[in-house]
Amino acid sequence: MSTIDVAGRSRIRWGAPFTYLVALIIAAICLGPVIYAVLGGFRTTGQIAAHPAGLPHPWVLDNYKLVLTNSGFWTQVRNSVIVAGVTVSAVVVFGVMAAYALSGYEFKGREVLYNFFLMGMFFPLTVAILPLFILIRDINLQGSLLGVALPQAAFALPVTIIILRPFLRALPQELEDAAMIDGCTRLGYFWRIVLPLSRPGLVTVGVLAFVGSWNAYLLPLLILGNSPTTQTLPLGTASFSTQYTANTAAILAFTSLAMIPALVFFLLAERQIVNGLTGAVKG
Amino acid sequence: MSGVAGAGSQRDAGAVIDPTDAAPVLTQGTADRALARSAVSRRAGRRGPSDWRKRLEIAVLVAPALVLFLIFVVWPIVQAARYSLFRWNGLEPMTNFIGLDNYKEVLGDTVFRNALGHNFTIVVLSLLIQLPLGLGIALLLNRKMRGRTVLRLIIFVPYVIAEVIAAVVWLLLLQPRGPLDAMLEAFHLTGIRQLWLAEPKIVLYTMFGVLTWKYLGFAIILFLAGLQSVPIELSEAAALDGASWWQTQRRITIPLLGPTIRIWAFLSMIGSLQLFDMVWVMTHGGPGRSTETMVTYMISVGFDRNRLGYGTAVAIVLFAISLGMALLYQRFILRRDNIEADSGRKR
Repeated sequence: MSTIDVAGRSRIRWGAPFTYLVALIIAAICLGPVIYAVLGGFRTTGQIAAHPAGLPHPWVLDNYKLVLTNSGFWTQVRNSVIVAGVTVSAVVVFGVMAAYALSGYEFKGREVLYNFFLMGMFFPLTVAILPLFILIRDINLQGSLLGVALPQAAFALPVTIIILRPFLRALPQELEDAAMIDGCTRLGYFWRIVLPLSRPGLVTVGVLAFVGSWNAYLLPLLILGNSPTTQTLPLGTASFSTQYTANTAAILAFTSLAMIPALVFFLLAERQIVNGLTGAVKG
Repeated sequence: MSGVAGAGSQRDAGAVIDPTDAAPVLTQGTADRALARSAVSRRAGRRGPSDWRKRLEIAVLVAPALVLFLIFVVWPIVQAARYSLFRWNGLEPMTNFIGLDNYKEVLGDTVFRNALGHNFTIVVLSLLIQLPLGLGIALLLNRKMRGRTVLRLIIFVPYVIAEVIAAVVWLLLLQPRGPLDAMLEAFHLTGIRQLWLAEPKIVLYTMFGVLTWKYLGFAIILFLAGLQSVPIELSEAAALDGASWWQTQRRITIPLLGPTIRIWAFLSMIGSLQLFDMVWVMTHGGPGRSTETMVTYMISVGFDRNRLGYGTAVAIVLFAISLGMALLYQRFILRRDNIEADSGRKR
């Protein structure tokens, strides 16, 4: 029946049912582990040991209660929010300022400066991680959320500028001329015209930086260490799972809850994330 | 001010060509424009203040990004090159200069070489398995169907979850006599049951399986986006000419998807070389170093064992390998796309 609706004609194509079957299998594989974790959180470790792939019987809320009343979890959520917030603000604000200077102004060395930022693309954070650790230690930011957010923002700058510069360049020159005639200064034009018009671009780079920061592990691991009060959520999840090795159900409850913010954010910003990723890839 | 000076030197260049009358012989557009500009500014007579203002604006706009970039990107990279030449534990004064000895040790170290081998295994497996799989699924789903939007969301879910969180869940799924084994049993597939995370011969492949679960969605979404730009008329025309579905895909759609595929392969390659989070959480590089990657090796020697100098040498070797592969890929594979794009633009 669905094949008729979909194709818009009455001929039944044999490919369609097959497509739906494959789609179903893919969906099951993608969601399986997530569903397992969520359901496992409603079971007891004893239930899980007895029937690894079973359903909750009876349903228990203790694991979720344990995690939600555990102050560590909430501290880590807060830490992740702060790190992501600072990273995104810094990279979007500084990035768009630099991108505007590199596109709206004519000056000697502009392309050199642009290429200097561009060069950063070749150096992933991983390559500089050990000297970065020493630097953060020497400027007393070890164990501080700023020590994670600032390097993350710095390493996200190149891709931000690369995405934003063409965006700003595409704004028509007439717009600037008109603003100037109306007595707008260059910076006034940037603030009142450029920023509002480039909002889609800003959202894209912001969302990319957010996802990167929210899921980051290596840098927080080196900078924030083992203290649960300074850890971010991915770090906290890993620590929790080694700390409560024997309590499988609690680990599953923790991971389920840790997934929620990212999944909610993804549902809200799905279009921007997908467009941002595919757009950034296609250049 | 510098604008005037620049114009002056341009004029000198013109003067060399023809000292008597520069303007008519000047062929270079830039010199022409510079001359015109300097003439205009001289006529205007008060370029100075606005020029300073402009510079100040540029400085204010660029400074925050530049400072952040210099401190947290450029400085550590420069330092990495320096550290790698010392035997240093990160605490004492850095006095023990040993030249290139760290590099010699890295390249001669069997643990590092094996780690490199593991990274390359992942690179090759990704191309051999994830590419056809992702492409096949994308082609299959590239049609009007019910629940397409929901399916796209679902496919992307593993990609959105943090690698660490995915690793923790899979760690539990893959326990001996855990959920995966129970599932296999339910389907009477006990024959392929394994010690997924304990048998050194297969752990790397287990890891690849989990990575595929995590990252295949990205490939599919990317390919689906690429397929949107393949005009439907082409496949319709092919269908009219009697081409089968598969022939149409193979001869028309896939070749047109070439640039997207090549970009995906590039990203996949670079990502595979920097594999860390998932391995670190699931196996810590074990058992028996059978899943050690270049980055887990770097962290375990440089951070856990405080061999900062040696660790940064590993980082630089990793960087050189990534850069080398990126440049080769750019030169031999992506170049085609650039040339095609250029000729397309000319037409």
